[in-house]
Amino acid sequence: MQCGFAAGSPCEVTCTRVTLPDLCGHLFLDWNFSFAGLIVEEGASEWQLRYAFYGDGDAGWVHVLVAAPLAEKTFPSIVKFVHAADWHEREAEDLFGIHFEGHPRLGDFILHDDAWQEGVEPMRRKFDPREAMRHRKPDEDWRPHRIVQEPGAFVMPVGPKYSGVTESVHFLLETVGEDVIRSTPRLFYKWRAIEKLAEGKSADEVLLLAERFAATTAFAHGLAFCQAAETVCGANVPPRAMTLRVFLAELERLRQHAGAIQEICESTALAVANAHAGICEEELLRISGEITGHRYLFGLLTLGGLLCDLANDACAKALEKSQKVLSQLNALEKHLRVSSSFLDRLEEVGIVPERTAMVYGLLGPIARASGMVRDLRRAQPYLGYENIQFDVPFEEEGDGYARLRILFAEARQSVRIMEQAVGALQSGNVRERIELRAGAALGWVEAPRGGAFHWVRLDGNGKVARYRIIPPSFANWHGFHLSVEKFAFQDFPIMLSTFDLSVAENDR
Amino acid sequence: MSQWVINGIRAGIKTTAYPGKPETAAGVTPGLPVGGDYPANDVNSLISLCPTRVFSNSDSQILVDPRRCIHCYRCIRDIERPVNWEQTYEWGTIRDGQHEFGQPFERSIHICVVDAGDCGACLNEVKQLNNPYYNMHRLGFFITPTPRHADVLLVVGPVTDHMKFALRKVYDAMPTPKRVVAVGACALTGGVFAESFVCARGVADVLPVDVEVPGNPPPPLAILHGLLVVTGRKTPATWAGSKTIKT
Ligand code: SF4
Repeated sequence: MQCGFAAGSPCEVTCTRVTLPDLCGHLFLDWNFSFAGLIVEEGASEWQLRYAFYGDGDAGWVHVLVAAPLAEKTFPSIVKFVHAADWHEREAEDLFGIHFEGHPRLGDFILHDDAWQEGVEPMRRKFDPREAMRHRKPDEDWRPHRIVQEPGAFVMPVGPKYSGVTESVHFLLETVGEDVIRSTPRLFYKWRAIEKLAEGKSADEVLLLAERFAATTAFAHGLAFCQAAETVCGANVPPRAMTLRVFLAELERLRQHAGAIQEICESTALAVANAHAGICEEELLRISGEITGHRYLFGLLTLGGLLCDLANDACAKALEKSQKVLSQLNALEKHLRVSSSFLDRLEEVGIVPERTAMVYGLLGPIARASGMVRDLRRAQPYLGYENIQFDVPFEEEGDGYARLRILFAEARQSVRIMEQAVGALQSGNVRERIELRAGAALGWVEAPRGGAFHWVRLDGNGKVARYRIIPPSFANWHGFHLSVEKFAFQDFPIMLSTFDLSVAENDR
Repeated sequence: MSQWVINGIRAGIKTTAYPGKPETAAGVTPGLPVGGDYPANDVNSLISLCPTRVFSNSDSQILVDPRRCIHCYRCIRDIERPVNWEQTYEWGTIRDGQHEFGQPFERSIHICVVDAGDCGACLNEVKQLNNPYYNMHRLGFFITPTPRHADVLLVVGPVTDHMKFALRKVYDAMPTPKRVVAVGACALTGGVFAESFVCARGVADVLPVDVEVPGNPPPPLAILHGLLVVTGRKTPATWAGSKTIKT
């Protein structure tokens, strides 16, 4: 085992395939590291697998590296110890054709077996993404995986088109009577192969993809990409741009949380609350549109800062309006807390205990509602968050109601951070021209739905050689089934809304 | 319970005056570029700057194809000669060669929404149509979960490979007469996801599209305008200085 250290960069530990599972297991289970994700890279002659972990503060980042010649496509699975890596391994198996020995269930994940034949490995270098694949031999006999074998067991297929205005996803709900015994989401109906499309494009073009693959949290993902590329190039983002980035990131969080609250009110059919939350969300969209030109904050980020400056008084005005929206949200929370018909549907339903949340590596508000207090803004600060006063709200219960309370509490913290950002706005420019260099780095951001990790490798010509996106919804979808199993069927849509999942983000 | 009624009344009326009167509030639209004069020396660099090829050139005039714009703002921000930009929102157009919609669509319509791989923003803007600011019900527009009750199919997203089959099935399940509204740059041209082995270049690759609403995402008012075009209550947008660029 070898360990390399340079100030400010992750501790890179190179290990062999034999020691990999134990080492990852110790980091995750014994030393309280969180699993950020698995990054597979195909070099000229070798595979390089990078397992990224992070802890609080000085514990920093640990990247466990393992390599093997391209011809050897078998690695040991780490899911026995790090259950959070489950879907990462399934993804790598599907897209690179790497086999993970000891993984209980590989296949039919991103590439649906009823649409693609086995053996297509789209993330391999030799695969050309611009050519449509005409020769398709899908598995005609593909049938959904069924687990529950009991008298009266019934499988209810739901989706991909299943309700009013919903993202496309499929659920197999295995029920006995009223209760959902197993729920298996089948995702990736919306897979757009962003990671593959990014390869060979310039960093500026890839930024467009980063902003647009999951646009309800466009700013957070754009920011994670920029931070990764800026780390590679050693850019010094001007202080004013940093502060504005904080302001905009928190505005986005506030808006996204208002949207999530609206979905919860809607799922419980509480019409007036739904309307109130809808008003808040629309007002925040308008505030965003007014100061930045775009309701979802597109076209602001650029490598080295921001594409345009925002006037100080415009920010102050936006803040004032956001504070008004926050007081409406506070009033809404006060009324929801005493509406028993509403609480009945959320309390003690969809419980995710802390230990399970940890094992699944859940992220963001969902994890914090189950008592897992790890927020990247605090654990591994970026953009100067270490100098900002804010609390990381958490709850113990892990039920639907706890998740709702977290959303309200975080909205308050976001406004608190926006206030400090507006007060701290420096003068000066907002963009530093940067020179692209070859190299690779990880960028991370606490996005509204949880930690987002973007790995960017640039080649010598300023083109992106590898882009890996690990969005929070990927982790949270993995654990979503926990919240609906053993609960009644009619709770399903409510639990879905309390998890605030994005399919676009997960499917990439 | 009575508390909620009082709360509701206290909030007052938020609903936009549109389509009766124009909506003038700030932040309701991202706007779109418009064509016009442009210094001849800079035209070519402008054309190559736009990532989705919105601009084309004809005698020191630039022409725009608004359907292709993805709101990256690179043609107006941090650039010496910004193009003209207009904060309009009446963007719904009838696709070339499609007919008038006629009597079956004149009154209330039921809309089935299919997400064919969008980024979440278009869908979120469609969702906003039900918030009190837009309240689409007052205009007789209703979202229906089932294609069997739908008059109009509203599609967002570039149509991913995995969604093609489901989208086709939804369309086939709808009774005739039926119309298809494509919403958002990705649904019109594939947007940033075009030129890929897993995405079509928009809905028209899979279904006959009747009405198109550009924007990335189009704001709720633009989507509302597109629906009003279907019902014949608003005239389709006419873009001065525009030219459709085919891929
Ligand atoms: S804002 Fe629209 S027109 Fe302008 S460069 Fe971007 S995509 Fe092209």
